[in-house]
Amino acid sequence: MADLSCTIAGIPSINPFWLASAPPTDKKYNVVRAFEKGWGGVVWKTLGEDPPVVNVTSRYGLHKDFKGATLGINNNELISDRPLAVNLREIEECRREWPDRVIIGSMMAVMEERAWKDLAIRIAAAGVHGIELNLGCPHGMCERGMGSAIGQVPEMVEKTTRWVREVVDIPVFTKLTPNITDILVPAEAALQGGAHAVSLINTVNSIISVNLDHMAPNPMIDNKGTHGGYCGSAVKPIALNMVAEIARNHQTRDLEISAIGGINTWRDAAEFIALGASGVQVCTSAMLYGFRIVEDMIDGLSNWMDEKGYRTLDDFRGKAIPNTVNWNELNMNFDLKARIDEKSCIECGRCHIACEDTSHQAIRIEAKDGGGRRFVVIDDDCVGCNLCQHVCPVDGCIDMEEVNNGLPVLTWPDHPKNPANKAAAE
Amino acid sequence: MTASRPNRPSSPSRAEKIDAAFRDLHPALTSGAAVTEASRCLYCYDAPCIRACPTGIDIPTFIHQIRSGNLEGSAKTILAENIMGGTCARACPTEVLCEEACVLNKGEDKPIQIGDLQRHAVDHLIEQTHAGAPHPFQRAAATGRSIAVVGAGPAGLAFAHRAAMLGHDITVYESRPKPGGLNEYGLAEYKMVDDFAQREVAFLLGIGGIKIRHGRALGEDIQLEALRQAYDVVFIGIGLGGAARLAIAGEELDGVEDALSFIETLRQTKPKSKTPVGRTVVVIGGGNTAIDAAIQAKKLGAESVTLVYRRGEDAMSATGFERNLARLNDVQIRLWSRPSAIEGNGRVESIVFEKTALNGGRLQGTGEVYRLPADHVLKAIGQKLRPMGLDGLAAENGKIQIGPDYRTSLDGVYAGGDCVSTGEDLTVQAVEDGKRAAEAVHQALAAQSVERV
Repeated sequence: MADLSCTIAGIPSINPFWLASAPPTDKKYNVVRAFEKGWGGVVWKTLGEDPPVVNVTSRYGLHKDFKGATLGINNNELISDRPLAVNLREIEECRREWPDRVIIGSMMAVMEERAWKDLAIRIAAAGVHGIELNLGCPHGMCERGMGSAIGQVPEMVEKTTRWVREVVDIPVFTKLTPNITDILVPAEAALQGGAHAVSLINTVNSIISVNLDHMAPNPMIDNKGTHGGYCGSAVKPIALNMVAEIARNHQTRDLEISAIGGINTWRDAAEFIALGASGVQVCTSAMLYGFRIVEDMIDGLSNWMDEKGYRTLDDFRGKAIPNTVNWNELNMNFDLKARIDEKSCIECGRCHIACEDTSHQAIRIEAKDGGGRRFVVIDDDCVGCNLCQHVCPVDGCIDMEEVNNGLPVLTWPDHPKNPANKAAAE
Repeated sequence: MTASRPNRPSSPSRAEKIDAAFRDLHPALTSGAAVTEASRCLYCYDAPCIRACPTGIDIPTFIHQIRSGNLEGSAKTILAENIMGGTCARACPTEVLCEEACVLNKGEDKPIQIGDLQRHAVDHLIEQTHAGAPHPFQRAAATGRSIAVVGAGPAGLAFAHRAAMLGHDITVYESRPKPGGLNEYGLAEYKMVDDFAQREVAFLLGIGGIKIRHGRALGEDIQLEALRQAYDVVFIGIGLGGAARLAIAGEELDGVEDALSFIETLRQTKPKSKTPVGRTVVVIGGGNTAIDAAIQAKKLGAESVTLVYRRGEDAMSATGFERNLARLNDVQIRLWSRPSAIEGNGRVESIVFEKTALNGGRLQGTGEVYRLPADHVLKAIGQKLRPMGLDGLAAENGKIQIGPDYRTSLDGVYAGGDCVSTGEDLTVQAVEDGKRAAEAVHQALAAQSVERV
């Protein structure tokens, strides 16, 4: 049985599954229920200075596919709306009652040294294992100069990280906003400020949908709406890329990463860990299904690791990083052709129309003897783009077969058609 | 002293129970269920279901429109090809048409419930128009041509709608008091609840330019030659009004009835419990009408209903779905038997059957006979053309002969639906005939106008 225990920024955790700072970690009641289900840790909902914020109704909007499955949620909820003292007392109680679980205190304050330091000291005194700096909230708080208003300015990221480092002796996680151009810039700023780890991504700025009857964004608050923070499955690819960027950048590669963004299953978690994350944080999936989802995350990850022969998370942590490269490092002589299995083909024609209308006109329709139709790949026109395989509704019906062309690895910098090479040759 | 008793819900009366038994065979899909089902559709390219539909409805497109929340557009996609898409959604044997062709069958998955989705979209639009929304199709500029249609069944009405849309003025002559043909008089009640046939006709007439004259039977109240004189074109869509006879002793006994006449009475009777039905019913035939009659006799309270067919089950024209439905409704099915005599004293008391077998591909009696008690016999052995008023029209296989473009042997006279030689005894085919005949007539009239210039 695989060992899921791990250490994240020096903090030991029974498993890599933490709940992210969000509504599910708003109070002791929820946190205890989460620990009972097996979550390794929680990042408490972000604490601010008193008086507490006041929230509006309603707060969530859902982006769904045709079948009604949730692709993502956005929210306009602010940070904890309960008095600081109440939160700190409950954190202390949870620490005492659940000594083997991790509690990280998330915090934000206005851009003043005193404010950050005083709040950090109070939260650390409640016994948290670490402090996470919420520099990402993209709605409401940023209008007051907090959250992403700080996270989008690298100097402020560095300063707030340093301020907190200076007054506490526990690990500091700087939580990054994805609402920037290049994630490496704030990641490097966090590193400069002394962060032990970065947590990413925070939510993506978004309008979830527009109510066309009321002509207002959803969710509507008295017939008006605002932008909110987007999370859930839909943001996972964005998060994976940002995590990979930090993990493979030589300046930031030693920063520990607490990965966040659309983690629904053990497989999602394994992907982030393969790209270098020390642990993961989950929110949306728990909001949709409850804390019980961690049970399959633990079980599924453990079974997969057993199957692969990984005893600990470290055995595969970061294993996908060397294979995550820039486009310029890809082998341009690698060639694939689509292969359609006539036996399993149900003749829906999706591969044909996708290729015909939007790709390379490389799938021909032929009439079959005795009725029906056959879809045939024209090898000379197939560029191996994969689109047909993705739109095919039958598992395994379309395979991408490697062409054994005997050609050596060739990258764009060495490619004869690269204008830079032509210029050099001339 | 009368003690006050607590109010108890009174148990439903027999009439209420019987009416309840005739409720919708397939309840309408909810909006959520429709979108979920629509989402299963693969949106095939050049989809086999389209080719399997006699009217060629662009099924993947209308399903995609349901999925996208464009119900009006979806209904219009359907109705553009099949103005009686509402009836066809309810009555089509989809399991041998569009749903049989669904590619999901090959993937060992259930086919898309195309009929139910079609009903969802069309019902929505018909409700909207009854609530005041405009008819979804507009008429072209008036051509000044007038066309007579004989028969207000699916073929005649589909013709009338398309021809009216193309700018012609239409007068429909119908022998019965209500329009709709078999939709109104011949389909099972539980397929056409809530007076759907009439609601659909009202919707169809919303295009304008169509008058219906009821109580005008061809050969009795109106004559083909007079119509030819009075109109530019005549379209005949009279269906098959005559029931085939068994031609055996006792057929004239009381209690022996055509299945279609039984269904017609049932459809027009309220409450349903007032429909006369025997205690021991025997239905003769193997088509969907036989099944419809048998199930409905059972629902009316017959103690036993036996359907007897002369060949094996595979040869029955009733679909597998219909046969299962019959069995679920406690209808006994007996095969390989043909009636040789009906017995009784003034009123039917029993039927004698002879067992049959195939001998070198030919169906033959084996000489072995048996007797079934019966106080009500329903004959569903097929319909034939009533020749009234069709003098001068060439016939083929006992039906009206047509050539290309639905032309009959008489100039300016077109025909389609069950009454023509290519008729298939299918509502959806009758609608297609009417639609295509109207387009052919339009082309012919346009060509004439050019010649006149």
